[in-house]
Amino acid sequence: MSAPSVHKAAAIRLTGIDKRFGAVHANRAIDLSVAPGSIHGLLGENGAGKSTLMKILFGMIHADEGRVEIDGTPVAFRSSAEALSAGIGMVQQHFSLIPAFSVVENLIMGRARGSVLSRLTRKLDLKAAAERAQELSDRFGFGIDPLAKVATLSVGARQKVEILKALWGGARTLVLDEPTAALSPPEADELYAVLHRLRSEGTTIVLISHKMPEIMHLCDRVTVLRDGAVVGEAELAGQALDEPAVRQPIEAALVNMMIGRDKPELPERAPLEGPVILDIRGLTDGTRLGPIDLKVHGGEIVAVVGVEGNGQSELVELLMGLRKARDGMIGIDNHNVVDWPTQRRLDAGLAHISEDRHATGVADTMSLIDNASIGFVDGAPFSGSPLSLSQKQRRIFTEVLIEQHKVRTPSPDLPMASLSGGNQQKLVVGRELARAPRLMIAAQPTRGLDIGSTVAVQDALLRLRAEGNAVLLLSLDLNEVFAIADRLVVLRKGRIVGTMQSADFDIDQIGRWMSGAVEHVATKPEETDPQTLEAAS
Amino acid sequence: MRAKRPDLPGTGTARLAPDMAEAMEARSHAPRAPGAYLALTRDRARTFGGRALIFVLTLGAAMLCALPFILLSGANLAVTAEAFFNGALGSKFAVAETLVQMIPLLIAGLAVAISFHGGLFNIGVEGQLIFGGLVAGVIGAEVNAPPLVLTALCLLGGIAGGAFAALIPALLKAYRGVHEVVTTIMINFIAISVALYAVSPAGPFVSATQPSATEKIPREARLSMIWDGTRLHFGLIIALLTVIGIWWLLYRTPLGFRIRLLGANPGAARASGVSVPRITIATLLISGGLGGLAGAVQVLGVYGRFFDAFSAGYGYDAIAVALLAALSPIAMIISAFFFAMLDSGAVQMQAVAGISREMVGVVSGLVVAFVAIQPAILHLWARLRQKTAQRRDRNITSGDPA
Repeated sequence: MSAPSVHKAAAIRLTGIDKRFGAVHANRAIDLSVAPGSIHGLLGENGAGKSTLMKILFGMIHADEGRVEIDGTPVAFRSSAEALSAGIGMVQQHFSLIPAFSVVENLIMGRARGSVLSRLTRKLDLKAAAERAQELSDRFGFGIDPLAKVATLSVGARQKVEILKALWGGARTLVLDEPTAALSPPEADELYAVLHRLRSEGTTIVLISHKMPEIMHLCDRVTVLRDGAVVGEAELAGQALDEPAVRQPIEAALVNMMIGRDKPELPERAPLEGPVILDIRGLTDGTRLGPIDLKVHGGEIVAVVGVEGNGQSELVELLMGLRKARDGMIGIDNHNVVDWPTQRRLDAGLAHISEDRHATGVADTMSLIDNASIGFVDGAPFSGSPLSLSQKQRRIFTEVLIEQHKVRTPSPDLPMASLSGGNQQKLVVGRELARAPRLMIAAQPTRGLDIGSTVAVQDALLRLRAEGNAVLLLSLDLNEVFAIADRLVVLRKGRIVGTMQSADFDIDQIGRWMSGAVEHVATKPEETDPQTLEAAS
Repeated sequence: MRAKRPDLPGTGTARLAPDMAEAMEARSHAPRAPGAYLALTRDRARTFGGRALIFVLTLGAAMLCALPFILLSGANLAVTAEAFFNGALGSKFAVAETLVQMIPLLIAGLAVAISFHGGLFNIGVEGQLIFGGLVAGVIGAEVNAPPLVLTALCLLGGIAGGAFAALIPALLKAYRGVHEVVTTIMINFIAISVALYAVSPAGPFVSATQPSATEKIPREARLSMIWDGTRLHFGLIIALLTVIGIWWLLYRTPLGFRIRLLGANPGAARASGVSVPRITIATLLISGGLGGLAGAVQVLGVYGRFFDAFSAGYGYDAIAVALLAALSPIAMIISAFFFAMLDSGAVQMQAVAGISREMVGVVSGLVVAFVAIQPAILHLWARLRQKTAQRRDRNITSGDPA
C-alpha cells in the first residue's frame, strides 16, 4: 500500500514513453497520469498505440525511453507477474479462463506459492478459497457463484470473473482492454455497475475503449491517443453529461481528436464518372450489417469510414463471398454475384487487400513464391492444365512483384515469415493489383507501412481509379481517406448513416456521424436503375 | 481500360494485368545475372543442409534415447550393432529384404504426408491400407481377366478401397467439421474388423484351403520380381513413381498448391477462393487411396493373396516415416529406408543379440516425439540466441568488453 501523503501520488504515472518498432513509431513521448481511485479512459483507434503503452506498463515490452511510476515509486517490471505483485492487474480482451473449471478453480490457478514439494503435498483448500471469492464477489456486487462452472456462465459473467481474477491477485489498479467488446448491452450495463462499485471502494481503473457512450458513462478523465501520441485529454467528472447540450460537444471533440483534425489538402483531381461497377442493394447478413445500398462507379474511390466494429468486416466478407447474405444483392459489372463462390468473384474482377493479413492474406510458412501465387493458380500463365503449375513462371511473377513494389528480401524462396510486416503488405498489395481488378476492396491497405510505401500504395489505388476501375477503401485513417477518396460513406451500427463528396468533406460532420451524435441521418437512397442489372444467375 | 474483361466472368481462369504479363514476358527473355543462379543454388544448398541436419539430429536423438532400453535388456552393444547391420544391409538378401520392407512404408508415408500437408491428420492409413489390400486380394482372386489387366484392376481396386475407407471421415470433416483424427481412428477398427470377417470361416471371400486368407492371385497377375534370388518386387518401382507423382502433385499442380495453402492458412485459402470442403475431401481421398495402394502392392508383391495379418502396422509406422522426412516426398525415400532397415535389422537383432523386435516401435515412437518437440527446440534455440545477442549489445553499450 502506498504511504498516505498529503499530495496523493498518481496511481500510474508514465513519463515520456517512447517506442519504435522498425519504421513504426508506436508511442511518441507519451505522458499519462492516472489519479488513484478514478476511472481513466484511454481512447483511440486500433493502432493508435494503446496496447503498446499498456504492454510497456506491464513489462511485456520495453520502452526505448521513458519512466513508469506506480504510486510515486519508479518501477521497471520484467513480467506481468511482477506487475501484479505491485498491485496492477490487466484484463485482456480475450478470455483466459478454463471453461471446464469452476470459478474458484480459475481464480486460484497459477497462484500457488512455495516450493514444488509443498505445492504438491499441501491440501488444496477450495472451500476457504470459495469463501474468499464469495466475499469479494459480494463486496463489489459481482453476483458470481464461485462454485459455478465457467462454461455455464454468460459472456458477461465471464468478463466479471476475469476482473475478479485480477482482484484476487491483489490488484488495486485494473487495466481493462475493451471489456464490453463481446457483451450485450444489458451485460455491459451490469459490468458498468461493477466498475462504479470498484471505484467507490478505491480501485483505480484504466479503461481502454473506442466506444464513446461507455467512455462518457464511466470515466472521470479520458486521454486520447492517435498515431502513438497523446492528442488530447478531457475531464469528464463533474460535467453534466446527461444534458445533450453538454455531452454532444464533448463527444464530437473526442471523436475529432481520435480521428485527426488536420484540415486536409485536397489534391486536384478530375472527376471520372464511369459506369456503375459495384452496385449493392438492400444487402444484409441479418445480424451486424445492413440493409445497405451503395454504388461505386468506375473511376471512383469510395471510402467506408466508421469506428471499428460497426460492420466494416462484415461488409468485406459479404463482398468476398466469405459470409452469407441474408438478403439483398451485390452487382459487380452488371452481374449479381451474391450467390457466387469467392473464386468466381475473383475471376470476375474482384481483388481484396485484407485487413488482417495473417488471418486471410498470407501463409507465413509458405515461400514468397507461393504467397505471390495465392489466387493465381487457375489457368494462364501459371497453369496450362490441372496437371501443371509452372514454377518458372511463378518465380518470374514473384520477382517482378518484388521489383515493382520494392519488397525487401534476399530471395523469393524464403518463407513469408522472414519478411517485415511492411514488406509482406507490399507483396500482398502487388499481388492484388496484378489481378487487374475491376473492383478493389482495400481494407486498411497502408496500416503499418512507412511513409514511402504508404504513398506507393495510395498511388497504385489512384492509378486503378484513373484506369476506370472502382475502389472501395476501408480505412480508419481519415487523412488517407481525404487524400484519395472521391466520396465517403459513414458506417455506424451496420448502416450507412451519412455520405459525402470529397468537395464537401467536413470532419466535424463525419465525427458526428461516426459517434452517433446525430442519430441516424436519413440518407437519400441512391437512385436505382433496374435495367442496369441482369437477373441473378 | 487496364484489363481485357473476359466475356463470361468467372471462367475459371485467374485474371492477370496485361502490364504484369508484359513485365513477366520481358523478364523471362532477359539474360539473368550470372550471380542469380549461384545465389539460387546456394540458397537451395543451405535449405537442404538445414533439413539434413535436422534429419540426422532427430534420428540421433531417438537412437540415443533407445540406447538405455537396449542396454537394459543386457545385450552386448557391439554384437547388437553387428547383428543389426547384418540383418539390414549385410548381404544381397538383407538389402533386398530391407527394400521390400521399405515399399509399403514409403507409399503409406506419402499417404500420411499429403494429408498433413493439407493440415489434416489422417491417422487411419492402417485401416485404409488393410481395406485396400482386401479389395485387391478379392479382385485378384475372384475376377477373371488377362494377367496385366488383372494387375491393374487390383491396384486400382486397392486405391479405390483405401479412398473409400477415407470417404466417411472426409465427408464428416468437410461438411460437419468432425475432427478427422477421431473418425479415421474409428474407421481403422471398422476396416480391420471388416477384413477379419471377410476371410473368417463364415466370410464371403475366405480361401477353401487356407484359413484367414483369400484365394491366391494367379502368379502371372502378381507383381514381378526384379532382383533374382530375392523377394524384391516391382512394387519398388511403383513406390518410387508414386514419390515423383506426389511431389509433382504437391509442388507442380494447382490442386497441390491448394492443399498446401489450406494446410498453411485456411483463412487465406478461403479468401482466395479455395473451396475448403472440396479440397479437404480431395486431400483425404488421395491420402486414403495411397494407403490402399500400399496395401494392394503388398498383397500383389509379397504374399500373392490377402490374409488378415498382412500389415505389420505399416500405417502407423508411416506417421513416423512422414514426420522424419519433414513431409518431403523425396526425403521420405531416405526415412522409409531407415525404418525398413530397423524392421529387417530387428529380426536379426532378436535372433542373435536377443533384443526384442519391439525396439523398432520404441525408436519410431521416439522419432515422432522428437519431431513433435522440434518447434519447441527451435523456439528455445532462437530465444537463446536472442539473449546472447542482447547481452552482447548491453556489453557494447556499457563499454564492457566481457
